[in-house]
Amino acid sequence: MINPGRLMAMARKEAIQLRRDTRSLILAFLLPVILLIIFGYAISWDVRNIKTAVLDQDQSAQSRELLEAFRSSGYFTFQRQLRSASEIAPLLDGVSVQLVLVIPPDFSSHLNAGQPAELQAIVDGSDANTATIILNYARAIVQTYSLKVQFQGRQVTPPLRAETRVWFNEELVSRNMIVPGLVAMIMMIVSSMLTATTIAREWERGTMEQLAATPVSRVEVILGKMLPYVAIGLIDMVVISLLGMFLFDVPFRGNPLLFMVLSFFFLIGALGLGIVFSVLGRSQLLATQVAMLATFLPAVLLSGFMYAITVMPKALQLITYLVPARYFLVVTRGIFLKGVGVEVLYVQGLLMILFAAIGLFLAVRVFKKELV
Amino acid sequence: MWAASRERVREMVRKEYLQLFRDPRLWRIMFIAPLIQLIVFGYAVSTDVHDTATFVIDHSNSRASRELVDGFTASGYFRVVGTSQRPADLVRALDKGDARVGIEIPVDFSARLHDGSGAVVQVVFDGTDSNTATVAQGYAERIVQNYAQRVSGDARPAIELRERAWFNPNLVSRDYNVPAVAGAIVFLMCLLLTALAVVREREIGTLEQLMVSPLAAYELIAGKTIPFALIGLADVFLVTAAAVLWFEVPFMGSFSLLLLASLLYILSSLGIGLLISITSKTQQDAFLTTFLIFMPAILLSGFMFPVSSMPELFQWLTLVNPMRHYLEIVRGIFLKGAGIPALWHQFLALLALGVVMLGIAASRFRKTVA
Repeated sequence: MINPGRLMAMARKEAIQLRRDTRSLILAFLLPVILLIIFGYAISWDVRNIKTAVLDQDQSAQSRELLEAFRSSGYFTFQRQLRSASEIAPLLDGVSVQLVLVIPPDFSSHLNAGQPAELQAIVDGSDANTATIILNYARAIVQTYSLKVQFQGRQVTPPLRAETRVWFNEELVSRNMIVPGLVAMIMMIVSSMLTATTIAREWERGTMEQLAATPVSRVEVILGKMLPYVAIGLIDMVVISLLGMFLFDVPFRGNPLLFMVLSFFFLIGALGLGIVFSVLGRSQLLATQVAMLATFLPAVLLSGFMYAITVMPKALQLITYLVPARYFLVVTRGIFLKGVGVEVLYVQGLLMILFAAIGLFLAVRVFKKELV
Repeated sequence: MWAASRERVREMVRKEYLQLFRDPRLWRIMFIAPLIQLIVFGYAVSTDVHDTATFVIDHSNSRASRELVDGFTASGYFRVVGTSQRPADLVRALDKGDARVGIEIPVDFSARLHDGSGAVVQVVFDGTDSNTATVAQGYAERIVQNYAQRVSGDARPAIELRERAWFNPNLVSRDYNVPAVAGAIVFLMCLLLTALAVVREREIGTLEQLMVSPLAAYELIAGKTIPFALIGLADVFLVTAAAVLWFEVPFMGSFSLLLLASLLYILSSLGIGLLISITSKTQQDAFLTTFLIFMPAILLSGFMFPVSSMPELFQWLTLVNPMRHYLEIVRGIFLKGAGIPALWHQFLALLALGVVMLGIAASRFRKTVA
């Protein structure tokens, strides 16, 4: 049914066409590198340099000591000393201050009298995530200082303490979370985006007639079109993984071979979907829009790449089961960070194979060579 | 001359509309898709941490240890998904991703808690999701500390921290994220539609026809911009309405200010889209270039990652990103009810970006014609 000669001829035609599109080709390799650089160097969820303003109404040795504890923690940068409470509101309205610390006038007198003193932390809550982390830091600093005052340097054992440890990503670096996810993301983008235009383009340019006049079969057209993109996708995957490991010190603890094999299946599935959209869309404009909506955005937002699935509403959690990237992400993170193998990933592995089969099947099924 | 020019632009706009809506499916993409996206992604984009899957190994099995675990579950931040006596089960649950947090309570927990030698409870976090782990760690430490305080019967600590979160007292991340999702959707829509606008004509071969027509470059640009600007504005209405009515995000500010900001934002995104379109040879090129712009733009906008924690260099880079300014405006207007006094920087920046982008697009276009 599949004639290797015709299949390779088809693949060669697609490759030549792709090569002539120098810009597309460059972009297919540049995009992963740029994304990796941004993710690696520019962004993180780590909260530092918290822009802080202080209203110290006490102006005592103790209040200064407490503020020094904030400063020396390294998380807070003091931007301003306020003189009155009326300055607080306009400051927080803008974006130049995230936290205001207010030390009331009776702070030191309460402390000296052994009464509970009070420190107010007013945080810009609009970014809830950052605000939560800021308050966590503030709480820890106040607690430490509080103990120091209470016991005046005496060594006391607290009745209970938590010993926290983090596994798989010991330093809690966000790029260790992002890079393995990025592999999945890039493969999704490159595959479904690049292929979304391939069939529609033939229709728009009128070259579908020529293709129809040749003896190539449907399967050969689909597979032939896929082959060059498989190569691009795999190269991208290797490049991101290597850059991530050597440039950004992301650990790779699992089996590279298993990683390659599962990535390959994921890639085939994604390419198949791209072709399906290309066939159904007919115009490149529509095909790309649909590919974007149906594959890329869910892969970014509903896969657990950046946003935890467990906090989504139940109905949405059900939808995420339909997002292939969700399973592939378990694979990439598991192999990169946890170093787990088939014994843990067999379900995801089978799903990858299933995804590849469905993608291929649908692509061949919807594609019709006949001119209607 | 002006009347004739206006006439030509109107014809051009009409042609664009006819061409766009010849495929009725595109309607759905332009108006229904943004709504669905906002609703789905508005729910998905949440950085709240609650119901974190937790695995408990309780070697102590005492009243005290059960109380401590109750403290974890009662907080709502943790949900126990499994218990066992063997540490290997905990390792397996974390490996498989069935649990994100493990609590291990030692045999001597209860004894050491009461004899003053100090008990230790181990809490392990799956760091692969670093954000959740960071936040959950803070919660866990607080819960343990509270319990310690209760046991020791200690009076209040020397200093009490009074926390107040303005604009969002319950610290719900949705109120912060939904307006941003709306902004990102509008950007993507404008970019995608215009990015293909000119290059499609080039690919189909109708660009030559446009060039031999008496249309001047700026008229062509206007004709290509106006339809998409209107579609973009309609989308702004749709997604804003959905944010307020469906997600009940508080809208504290002025709607006309939001409209003005949206118009400036749409113009700068259209400028970028046209520039992509003019410099691309094929639609595939244009589409990939759009991606190359969109991804960095969204990542460097403060949408998901705060601008203030980026390195200096990248913070400067974000200044040429219209989405960064627009998100600051939208979030300010929605949550803080901020007006021009707090936001005029961002408005000026958007205006400048819009003028520059459309200007470059127009001048580049003239060159390709020549």
